[in-house]
Amino acid sequence: MAEWWTYRPSDFLMFSPRIYWRLFESINLFAWPLQPLLIAAGLGWLRLQSRGPAGTAWSRRTALVLALVLSLCWLFVAWAFLWQRFAPIQWVATGYATAFALQGAGWLVLAWQDGLRASTEVARRRIGAGLGLWALLAHPLLALADGRPWQQAEVFGLAPDPTAIGTLAVLLLVRAEAARSRAWLRLLWLVPLGWCAVSAATLATMGSWQAAVPLAAAALAAATARWGR
Amino acid sequence: MRILAPDPQRRLCLLACAGAAVTSAVPAKGQAQAPSAPLTRRVPSSGEALPVIGLGSWITFNVGQDGAARDACTQVVKAFFADGGRLIDSSPMYGSSQPTIGHALQQLGQPPALFSAEKVWISDVARGQAQIEASRLHWGVPRFDLMQVHNLLSWQLHLPRLLEMKASGRLRYVGITTSEGRRHAQIEEVMRTQPIDFVQISYNLLDREVEQRVLPLAQERGIAVLVNRPFREGALLRQLARHRLPAWAADIDCTHWAQVALKFVVTHPAVTCAIPATSQVVHLRQNMAAARGRMPDAALRERMARDVAAL
Repeated sequence: MAEWWTYRPSDFLMFSPRIYWRLFESINLFAWPLQPLLIAAGLGWLRLQSRGPAGTAWSRRTALVLALVLSLCWLFVAWAFLWQRFAPIQWVATGYATAFALQGAGWLVLAWQDGLRASTEVARRRIGAGLGLWALLAHPLLALADGRPWQQAEVFGLAPDPTAIGTLAVLLLVRAEAARSRAWLRLLWLVPLGWCAVSAATLATMGSWQAAVPLAAAALAAATARWGR
Repeated sequence: MRILAPDPQRRLCLLACAGAAVTSAVPAKGQAQAPSAPLTRRVPSSGEALPVIGLGSWITFNVGQDGAARDACTQVVKAFFADGGRLIDSSPMYGSSQPTIGHALQQLGQPPALFSAEKVWISDVARGQAQIEASRLHWGVPRFDLMQVHNLLSWQLHLPRLLEMKASGRLRYVGITTSEGRRHAQIEEVMRTQPIDFVQISYNLLDREVEQRVLPLAQERGIAVLVNRPFREGALLRQLARHRLPAWAADIDCTHWAQVALKFVVTHPAVTCAIPATSQVVHLRQNMAAARGRMPDAALRERMARDVAAL
């Protein structure tokens, strides 16, 4: 593709919006009844976080469970959504699936790290909780808001956008003591932020107003991580 | 909303599909089409007649594992053949479009009228044969009728192999493609120097650059022309949908803007077949109707383009 500069974003959109949204219908049908379980588990974890004092050190088991659940979510989205469903209609999605699988593996590695604790900064805690609530409760409602059937709801742990936004929330809510864990946590920002950018570009090319959602979530999370106190 | 007034001076080609296309550079010999038969054009290199409306598969047939959408595409293909269509075009670049077409053809019992137009789209020429074979298996056909080098990718290396396949009977025709007006200078070079049967280009009521050099060159060299993006991927029709059909549309038997757009394209004397894509039977039927009824002459074609550009 030597004349790549002559291409527009729409030239790379090789599927119709109707088929794209139906992918969520398909994954929801496949994963049912995981949806209420995932949302309940996420809400439960957020509630525990909001109750505990800032800076509380997590037990090894708490950190392990959180990292394992997140890892499974990323690996499931990589395999069941991106590889199995999205890749047949968008050939670059195999690359997205690989990135999601790497993110899942990254959380597995973090599961064995010591010294994770809750964030102490008020802004990180509040915005982290807000983004978490968005990913779990508000994001699935976008389908209805867009006039699509509720069966096309994007659910955390099954669909890439709420999974990425929810993960950004966790990254705001967690701190690491050890330098190696801090470096690892920083690496774990890359894929969710990158996916939010990719998803925003895809949705914008599709002409969907939803493009603003992953973009705003990523910008808010990144700004909070950089400047939030 | 602007309403276009009829032009009393216009001259219409009253092609009631009872004979060959008078606008065709290579009219079908001895063609005795029934009143309901679609207008056809001859492939210059062989004389084979093809209906002027084909079926593209970009985006519309890329439905992945969606069974309901795949079945809807099967209905589109069924309606296409029922309406006299023949040429279906796809590419390895189009995601799951090839398996969707293959599924439809299998469901319909491999319609004998099929004219299969595929593309090779890979920079590593050594893997070109494997890609063509994979495409063939997706379609479920014994061989392709036409194999095109997609967007001229590595055409210098692909073309000799495709011509060799044609010589050995593993292909019937060889071609090249481009889209959205890219690399026309290179297209012209290939058309001048290579023994290709088909060229595929973008052409519609608003994008008319190919009228200057590519289409006349195709006529001069005896190369069949496939036209992609006759609706600018639907954008043209979305734009036109805000306006009422002009009065002259009735004079060429058009009841929808899609038919106006397609009749404009297929009545250029160099054009062999336009390949609009759709996933809906109702749109397919509207498109296929453009191969029937009265056609615009050169003067009206100019007016059509002028009026649409002014909207």
